[in-house]
Amino acid sequence: MTTSSKRARWGVALLSSLALVAAACGSDAKSAATTAVPATAAPTTAAPADTQAPADTQAPAGTEAPAETEAPAGTEAPAATDAPAGTDAPAGTEVPGATDYHWTPDAGVLAGAEGQVNLIAWAGYVEDGSNDAAYDWVTPFQDLTGCKVNTKLGNTSDEMVQLMQSGEYDGVSASGDATNRLIVGGDVVAIDTAKLPSYADVFDGLKLKPWNSVDGKPFGMPHGRGANLLVYNTEAFAESAPDSWGVLFTSGNPSDGAVSVYDSPIYIADAALYLMATQPDLGITNPYALDQAQFDAAIALLDQQKALVGQYWGVYTDQQAALEGGTVLAGTTWQVIVNLAKANGATIDAVKPVEGATGWSDTWMIAAKAANPNCMYLWMDWIASPWANAMVAEWFGEAPANSKSCGLTSDPEHCATYHADDEAFWTDVWYWQTATEECVDGRTDTKCVPYTEWVNAWNKLRA
Amino acid sequence: MSERTPVGGHSAPLRGVNRLFRRHRRLGLAALLTPPVFWLVVIYIASLGLLIGAAMFRLDPRSHKPTTELTTENLRTAFTDWDFVNVVVRSVFVAATVTVLCLVIALPMAFYISKIAKPWARRGLIVAVLMPLWAGYLVKGYAWKAMLRPASKFGIDKDGGFLASVFGWTPGFGMVAVILALTYLWLPYMVLPIYAGLDRLPPSLLDASGDLGARPLRTFRSVIVPMLVPSIAAGSIFTFSLSLGDYIVPKVVTEGKIRLLGNLIESTLLAPNQPLAAAFTLWPLMIIITYLIGMKRLGAFESL
Repeated sequence: MTTSSKRARWGVALLSSLALVAAACGSDAKSAATTAVPATAAPTTAAPADTQAPADTQAPAGTEAPAETEAPAGTEAPAATDAPAGTDAPAGTEVPGATDYHWTPDAGVLAGAEGQVNLIAWAGYVEDGSNDAAYDWVTPFQDLTGCKVNTKLGNTSDEMVQLMQSGEYDGVSASGDATNRLIVGGDVVAIDTAKLPSYADVFDGLKLKPWNSVDGKPFGMPHGRGANLLVYNTEAFAESAPDSWGVLFTSGNPSDGAVSVYDSPIYIADAALYLMATQPDLGITNPYALDQAQFDAAIALLDQQKALVGQYWGVYTDQQAALEGGTVLAGTTWQVIVNLAKANGATIDAVKPVEGATGWSDTWMIAAKAANPNCMYLWMDWIASPWANAMVAEWFGEAPANSKSCGLTSDPEHCATYHADDEAFWTDVWYWQTATEECVDGRTDTKCVPYTEWVNAWNKLRA
Repeated sequence: MSERTPVGGHSAPLRGVNRLFRRHRRLGLAALLTPPVFWLVVIYIASLGLLIGAAMFRLDPRSHKPTTELTTENLRTAFTDWDFVNVVVRSVFVAATVTVLCLVIALPMAFYISKIAKPWARRGLIVAVLMPLWAGYLVKGYAWKAMLRPASKFGIDKDGGFLASVFGWTPGFGMVAVILALTYLWLPYMVLPIYAGLDRLPPSLLDASGDLGARPLRTFRSVIVPMLVPSIAAGSIFTFSLSLGDYIVPKVVTEGKIRLLGNLIESTLLAPNQPLAAAFTLWPLMIIITYLIGMKRLGAFESL
C-alpha cells in the first residue's frame, strides 16, 4: 500500500517536472524568437544620442588625411539620418505620395508585366516595411506595376551564384565576386538600357565597369556601393576606439575571443588587405590578386586569427544578435547590421579602418531564362530610380547609384557622408571580385590563386 | 449519392476495374508494385547513382558550374585530405556521443514509464516525451543558443542566458553545446523504441530473476539488456543518423565555430562546388550503410 502510493507520488513528480521542462522550452522558444528575428523597433530610438556626432564628423569631410577617412564611414551618420524620419517627418521631409516616387515606368515594359518577380537579394535591399514601416519600397512598386515581389535572401555571393544556377529566379543583386561567374556561366544576360530610363542618372563611376559589363555592353543596373566596416563595442573599447583591422588579427585587445568574422571565402581578401598594409615586403597590390606565397601568408594569418574568433557569421541576424548580446565585441560588418543592432540598444560603432576596406559595388542582373523578364526590368529600373535608390541607400547605409537620389535622402548630407560621387574616396575600398588564375592586378609573370582554391582553402581552414 | 449500391458491392465503373484485375492477375500485381518500385528505383537508387556520377565531374573554375569532363580529383580530395577526414572523424564522434548519452538517459526513463509508472501516468509520460517533437526544430535550436549564451560585461542583457543567469555556469558555444542540443533534440527517438521493447518484456521474467537471487543490477545486465538490444539498436539508428546529418543546430549553437560533416557539405555546395559536395556526401552514405549493416546484425529491424 505504502509502496504503491509512493510510486504514484513519484509518477506525479516526474510528470510535473517534465511538464515544467516543456513549459521552460516554451518560454525559451519565445525568447529565442525575439533574438532570432531581425529588429523591428524603430531605428529612431538610437538616433537622438547620436545626432550631434555626425555634425562634427561631416564638417571636415575631406579625403586627404587618413584620420578623416574613417569618420564619414562611421555609424553615427546613418543613425542620424534616421532622426529626421522619426522626428521631423510630419513637418520636414514629407512621406512621398503616389506622385512623389520620381519614377515613370517604361510603358512598353509595363504593358507586359507578368504579375510577379522572384528576386535573390542581399538583406536590406528589398524592404517591404516589415522591419521598419518608414522603409518600404516594395509596396509602392507593387502598386505601380502590379508585380508581386518574392524575395530570397542570399547570405554570401557564393550562395547567390548557386541560387541563380538553379534557374528559378528572375534576377539577383550581385556583388562583383558573383557577377563575373554569372556572366561567364551564361546565367545572366546583357540589359537593354533603352527600357531602363533610370540608367541615364546612374553615376558614371559605376557604369561599364569590369564587374558589370562585357565589351562595353552593360550586364545590369548598378545598385550602389559601400565598404565592409570594422564594428566594435564602445564600452569594451571605451579607452580608445580602434581604427585598424589589427584588432581582428592580433591578440591583446578587449575583443580577444569575441571577434566576429564573415563566414565566406571572400574574407581571405580582408586578411590580404591587412597584410598589404602591414607586410609590404609580400608585395600585395590587390587583395584579389594573390600569388601562392601571398595567399599562403593570408591563410596563415587567418589560421592564427582563429584563437581570437568568437563567431563566424553567415546570416546577418546572427551577428546582430551577438552584437546586442555582447558576445561579440569586434568584427567585420555591414552598415545595415550596425543600424539594426543600435536600434535595439547595442552599444556599438563602426569605422572604415586606416588600411582601407573590402567593399562591394552591386549590380541588379536579369536571369538569362527569367520567367518574368518584364517585371524584372521594371524592378531594375525602380530600384535605381531616384526615390527608391535613396531609400535603399539610407536603409542599408551605402552610397546610392542614382545621382538624383542625393537630393531625396532624408539626411541631405547622405551622399557626402557616403562619398557617392567622390571617386578618390573609393581608391582604398576593394570591391569584391572573383580571383582568377590571371592576376586581376595585371601581373603576367606569375599565376594567381583562383577562387575555387580560395573556397577549398577556406573550407580547410574552417575544418 | 443518387442510387443505392448493392451491399458489399461497388458502383458500375469500379466493378469493371475489379473484373479487369481478377481476369488479369499479373496486371493487378503490376499496379500494386509499380509505385513503390518506381519510388525505390527512380527516386532513390537513380539519384544515388547521379550523386556518385556528379562527384566525378570537373568544376569549371570560371563559372563554378560542373563540366562534363570526368575526374577523380574530387573523390581524392574528399577521402584523402586529412583536414576533411578530420571533420568526418569529429562528426562520427559527435554522433556516437549523442547516441550514448541518449541511451543513458532513455534507458531509465523508458524503464520507469513502462514498468514503474501507473497505467494512467504512463500515457501522460509518453505524451510528455513526445511533446518536444511538436515544437519547431529551428525554434529548439535557437532556444538552446539562448539558454547557453554566456554572461557578458557589455551586452544589453549582461546576465547571459538561462544557464548562466540561473546556475552561473554555461558550457558556452562549443562542442559541449552541440552534443547537448543534439541529445535533447533526438532523445524521444531513443526513448520510444526502448519503451516499446520494454513493453514487450514480460514482468514475470524480472520476478523470476529476482526469485533466483539476482540483484537488480544482475537482472538488468543478464535479462533486460539482452532482450532490449534490438530496441536499443533501432533507437541508435535514429539518434546516430540524425546527429550525423545535422548541420543547422551545430552552426547555431557554436556561432559557426565548429563544423561538422553537414556544414562541410553545405558550404561546399553553396561555394558553389557541386562535384566536391557530392563527393563529400558519399562519406555519410558509407558511414550510415556500415552502421545499418552492423545494427541489422543486432536485430534492430525486428524492433521497428
